[in-house]
Amino acid sequence: MSELPVDPAVREGRVPGRSSEEIPELHEVGCPEELRERIEGLMGRYPDRRSASIPALWAVQERYGWCTPEGIRQAAAVMRVTPAYLESVASFYDLLHTSPVGTHRIEVCTNISCWMRGADRLLEAFQEAAGGDDANFYVTGFECLGACDIAPMASIDQRYYGPLEAAEAGVAIDQLRAGQEVLPDKALAKRGLAGDA
Amino acid sequence: MPHRLEKRILLEHAEDPALRTLDGYRRLAGGYATLERAYKEMEQDEVLKRLEESGLRGRGGAGFSMGKKASFLPRGDMAKYLCCNADESEPGAFKDRELMQRNPHQLIEGIALAALAADAGHAFIFIRGEYDEQADILDTAVAEAYEAGYLGTNILGCHRDLELVVHRGAGAYICGEETALLDALEGKRGNPRLKPPFPAVQGLYGGPTLINNVETLSNVPHIVDKGPDWFHQYGTEQSPGTKVVSISGGVRRPGNYEVELGIPTRELIFDIAGGPEDGHEIKAFFPGGSSSPVLTAEEGLDLPYSFEAMAEAGSMLGSGSIIVCDDRVSIPHLALRTARFYHHESCGKCVPCREGTNWTVKMLERMVRGEATPMDLDIVSSVQQNIIGHCLCVLGDSMAMPVGAMVRKFREEFEEVMANPELVLDPHAVVQGAPETLGAQA
Ligand SMILES: Cc1cc2nc3c(=O)[nH]c(=O)nc-3n(C[C@H](O)[C@H](O)[C@H](O)COP(=O)(O)O)c2cc1C
Ligand code: SF4
Ligand code: FES
Repeated sequence: MSELPVDPAVREGRVPGRSSEEIPELHEVGCPEELRERIEGLMGRYPDRRSASIPALWAVQERYGWCTPEGIRQAAAVMRVTPAYLESVASFYDLLHTSPVGTHRIEVCTNISCWMRGADRLLEAFQEAAGGDDANFYVTGFECLGACDIAPMASIDQRYYGPLEAAEAGVAIDQLRAGQEVLPDKALAKRGLAGDA
Repeated sequence: MPHRLEKRILLEHAEDPALRTLDGYRRLAGGYATLERAYKEMEQDEVLKRLEESGLRGRGGAGFSMGKKASFLPRGDMAKYLCCNADESEPGAFKDRELMQRNPHQLIEGIALAALAADAGHAFIFIRGEYDEQADILDTAVAEAYEAGYLGTNILGCHRDLELVVHRGAGAYICGEETALLDALEGKRGNPRLKPPFPAVQGLYGGPTLINNVETLSNVPHIVDKGPDWFHQYGTEQSPGTKVVSISGGVRRPGNYEVELGIPTRELIFDIAGGPEDGHEIKAFFPGGSSSPVLTAEEGLDLPYSFEAMAEAGSMLGSGSIIVCDDRVSIPHLALRTARFYHHESCGKCVPCREGTNWTVKMLERMVRGEATPMDLDIVSSVQQNIIGHCLCVLGDSMAMPVGAMVRKFREEFEEVMANPELVLDPHAVVQGAPETLGAQA
């Protein structure tokens, strides 16, 4: 039987757009110097510079709070790929935001082990405590964060906390508002190894 | 003190925060002595032979022989790559997090030795973006290893080079699938590729690539140092060695525990993890993460915890993550949670997975709302059967197998829920309260 034709994208994945007229020039995008240097540094870490697209988008998000269209154009100009390509990459990943999000990011795990221990209530409690203050807080349910041992848990600004009582959501939000350390007793980093108690 | 039934090799000294530093790793664990010996005195084939003879099986899910996979890489001058899979996103799995957080240098040494076996000059740790804290720890450890001359060019004056980059993902379970991982690492959307060609032949940037899990690679320094016979002392014949098992859900002491493979599952769940809370019983458990078909307590508790025993029982050891469901868990709701995860994470590239996960979620939602007809149970089962084996990668199967098993093994409960949705156990907080606090440090 002869082989059916296979779209190269099936084997190789989508290849970045390279048509030069769609790639913005650096001087057109007003890319801040430190962002350009950071992205160039990231590109230098890989045998193929295009591998830096996710790290570059992380850098954009850190700089602007989310992957803004301007930020994406700036990264695209530095990386010499089309903004549409980077946009398509950003939209694939849950942690890269292509629309504005609050300053503090709270991901509450609602997957199996956390669900069994009250994650849905915890998520509600965080949503209530944030009270629609979207500028400061982005609260979302999330898939398993790889910390089912501290279920129910949440990731707050990329740090893990658990096991959390629903009432601790309000405490955490107040601490974030006041610029204090969040739930110090519940930080994953401070836990010992299971069984060593 | 570890539990008397634990056997800590990978997690030895892990309770000591100093292990995380280069000095601590050298002092506590004799770290990097094996790398030094191997780079100075051993040939590629010798390292490879030890790994093959050890019978070390991949700890990322499929359980394939690590040494054999490394031996599949062609020889020659072309650029070869090594990727450490630290995406760990399967519900229930959190062992790689512990290994990276507490013993990052063991992983780096393992990578350097595996790179020697595979003749790879470039290595990457692909770590899920959520593990920011662990990625920071790895960044620090990698910098220390470069500084000490264990990475970089002309390592220890042996005319070998190895670059190691910590690459953070950005939140997509599918990037744990090895070919999707390669796409993500090439800067693309993480869609799986058609296999063959397998990554060992044509992987990253088209070059031969060895992909192994964090725990697999963390075993490597021990095996290269102490040899295959030493490794075979632990575990079973087909599942040699120890396993860091993540146990969560309805047990008193959830956590990561390192045990010899083949330990009775009951000892793991009851003696080590404390068993279910007072007044409750175990109804079922996932033996190997959410992708493994659930086993009822009756079927599973008395099996040895090994690759072969779980496979024989129609399930799998997978990543070695046990999720325990006690008698408060509503299985139809559990099926829905499980299906929703795979639906959300399906990359959408192939129809049986994209549509199958979508329809499974919709039908399960109808069931728990009491809007389904009895026929729907058979339709759900047949959808699962039509997914299995028909997808580009195994994400589709990973939903179809556990969901199919739940419908098959708990059919009566589904029927009951469908008839009386209001009678269902509180589907939100099944296990009340927080678990006993474990080893919380002062
Ligand atoms: C959908 C999907 C997700 C996966 N996620 C992971 C993962 O997070 N970590 C991992 O090591 N392997 C994961 N795997 C398995 C990898 O494809 C691959 O088999 C593994 O990394 C090989 O390493 P090992 O032989 O050391 O186990 C996943 C597979 C699939 C299909
Ligand atoms: S099985 Fe699912 S996740 Fe895997 S390639 Fe197909 S659509 Fe994507
Ligand atoms: S289920 Fe919540 S962290 Fe795994």
